[in-house]
Amino acid sequence: MNNWSFGSLAEPSQYQHPIDVSGLDTPTLLAQLQMMLRIRLAERCLADGRRDGLIGGPVHLGVGQEAVAVGIAAELRKTDRVFGAHRSHSHVLSMGSSLHRLFAEILGRDTGLSRGMGGSMHLWDQPNGFYGSVPIVSGTVPLAVGAALAAKLQGSGDVGVAYLGDGAVEEGVVHESLNLARMLKAPAIFVVENNFFASHMHISLRQPKESTARFAAANDIPYEVVDGNDVVKVRLAAARLISLAREGKGPGFLEAVTYRWYGHVDWREDIDVGVNRSSEDVNSWRKRDPIARLVAGLQAVGLIDADQLAAMEEEMAKEVADAWNMAQADAYPPLSALTSRVFADTGVTQ
Amino acid sequence: MSGTRYNYGTAMLSAFEYLLDKYPEVFVIGQGLWSPWYVGNSMTDLDKKFGAHRVIDTPVSESACTGAAVGAALAGMKPIVVHPRMDFMLYAMDAVVNQAAKWSHMVGGQASPGLTIRTIINRGGEQGAQHSQALHAWFAHVPGLRVVMPATVADARDLLIASVLCPDPVIFIDDRWLYDLEDDLPPVIERSLASEQPQCLRSGTDLTIVASGYSTRLANQAAEQLQLQGVLAEVIDLRVLNPFSPDSIVASVSKTGRLLVVDGGWSPCGMAGEVIASVVERVTPSLMKKSPVRVTLPFSPAPTSRVLEKAYYPTEGMIVLQALKMMDKAC
Repeated sequence: MNNWSFGSLAEPSQYQHPIDVSGLDTPTLLAQLQMMLRIRLAERCLADGRRDGLIGGPVHLGVGQEAVAVGIAAELRKTDRVFGAHRSHSHVLSMGSSLHRLFAEILGRDTGLSRGMGGSMHLWDQPNGFYGSVPIVSGTVPLAVGAALAAKLQGSGDVGVAYLGDGAVEEGVVHESLNLARMLKAPAIFVVENNFFASHMHISLRQPKESTARFAAANDIPYEVVDGNDVVKVRLAAARLISLAREGKGPGFLEAVTYRWYGHVDWREDIDVGVNRSSEDVNSWRKRDPIARLVAGLQAVGLIDADQLAAMEEEMAKEVADAWNMAQADAYPPLSALTSRVFADTGVTQ
Repeated sequence: MSGTRYNYGTAMLSAFEYLLDKYPEVFVIGQGLWSPWYVGNSMTDLDKKFGAHRVIDTPVSESACTGAAVGAALAGMKPIVVHPRMDFMLYAMDAVVNQAAKWSHMVGGQASPGLTIRTIINRGGEQGAQHSQALHAWFAHVPGLRVVMPATVADARDLLIASVLCPDPVIFIDDRWLYDLEDDLPPVIERSLASEQPQCLRSGTDLTIVASGYSTRLANQAAEQLQLQGVLAEVIDLRVLNPFSPDSIVASVSKTGRLLVVDGGWSPCGMAGEVIASVVERVTPSLMKKSPVRVTLPFSPAPTSRVLEKAYYPTEGMIVLQALKMMDKAC
């Protein structure tokens, strides 16, 4: 990379081409398309639910970024240890979590992923490999390193995955974590979703260089920088880094260049979107849509036709609507949950 | 008591050995673990006995190491983090307060990071404001953290083992001014930390002195002096500061009518204030013969110069003086 600049990768008018799917197995590609659609429609549903006042707390939506988690998850297994952040609906769903339980969580219901105690910003689905997400920027990055270290001590061959944003690398603990993971040879995979914005601030106002992979280089960690809106490219890069980690060669760092279509938080597209963010850029990035590009790539080689796509979209829309309706009918946590879950000894664990 | 002779430091060493030997999921991570002088005699040669992969000396990264222990605990390990000085641990507050303490509640009790953070109060010796702090009250303020301060040789060993076996995050605070305490210990019995309570170390009828950690040692010494002057003090060692169980102290104060709390921290929003408030809320007012008194640090950072340092820390003499005042004895 030239002086840690993304070059054309940062140009919204570039990389709008159909995704090259040659040589990849069709069922996986179709499953990835379906998962991206599920995530997209789920987040659209959440945007509406928040706008309409049905959701009480903040939702950080990642519409436009679906390919990152879906590409990574294709290389993960249920015994891996994935940690997310504030914008983690895609991370948890990509691991195979229940849409109904995600919605129930965000609606504060007892059936939710975190038993209604976490909301959108504290998601948990350890049985599916999702160890947890938190909104403290970079808060889970060292946790993922520790879960990776545990995998090494346990000899399990599993990896820890830390999803973080470009803003998180401005937190000191990320640098400690990179160094520590490298020195302990912990099988930790750092996935930076670089969408150019930390809340409202463009990266050019926060860092001297665009690419956060420079911090991987500084810590002697293998890294890849990819088009984050190309699920195939993300998956192939993840496969290389994750296989190294599973073989005991230590951590890896994947930077996926992407873009969020909504503002930092909630459903609006016109406020809290960011300093230095033009509508032309947003519209160009919409044409870099990871879903539309995968559809175009699949259509180009005859792997999906219009009817099949329509059927898939209809199926996902129904799944989302059903899950949303079911979650809204669920019960809230009992009042006893206020104090009974503080310590494990008194926690509700069934 | 018959048994094997230990001091406070070697008692902890024996706890580490017990845990590392019996539980493969236990590992230790922190700064200074391969250095013979960082942690006194409390961890000598553990890396040689159990391997440097399980006793991990680290880069200078309190925050990442503590966070890593939280993550490892969630992944089924029983990590022990060591911060040789509590002051440096402040870099790790996100991992402790935002992550470890809240995790169980945030995820509906479905997971809990059972890690132990051993942090050492290491003051005196003209080390000054950033090598001296006793911040146990901070941690005791936070729901989700168990806070343990061993004051005896037995507790140095047994509460460390109980902490590591506990499924909750535990802040285990030991004190370098206690390392020369000696005692004979029986074989280890594993205890449940959740059932551990404050302990009466000395019975008396005239006043109740409550303390923790090194302050308990001072309280014991003061009680001996008081006895020579005809005052019988009951000494209660807090042991577990959070969750704090005031019942035995309430019972004692109901009997003596006088409460003196000694604490190695500052007064405002501190542990001594918490003890007094908890007792006053529960004791029948007519049973109180005197207003409660606390002996704590002056509300200032620790100084370096020896003259100031000598005036800074509570002493046995200060406790005796306050106790005699409460007994209306001239001094």
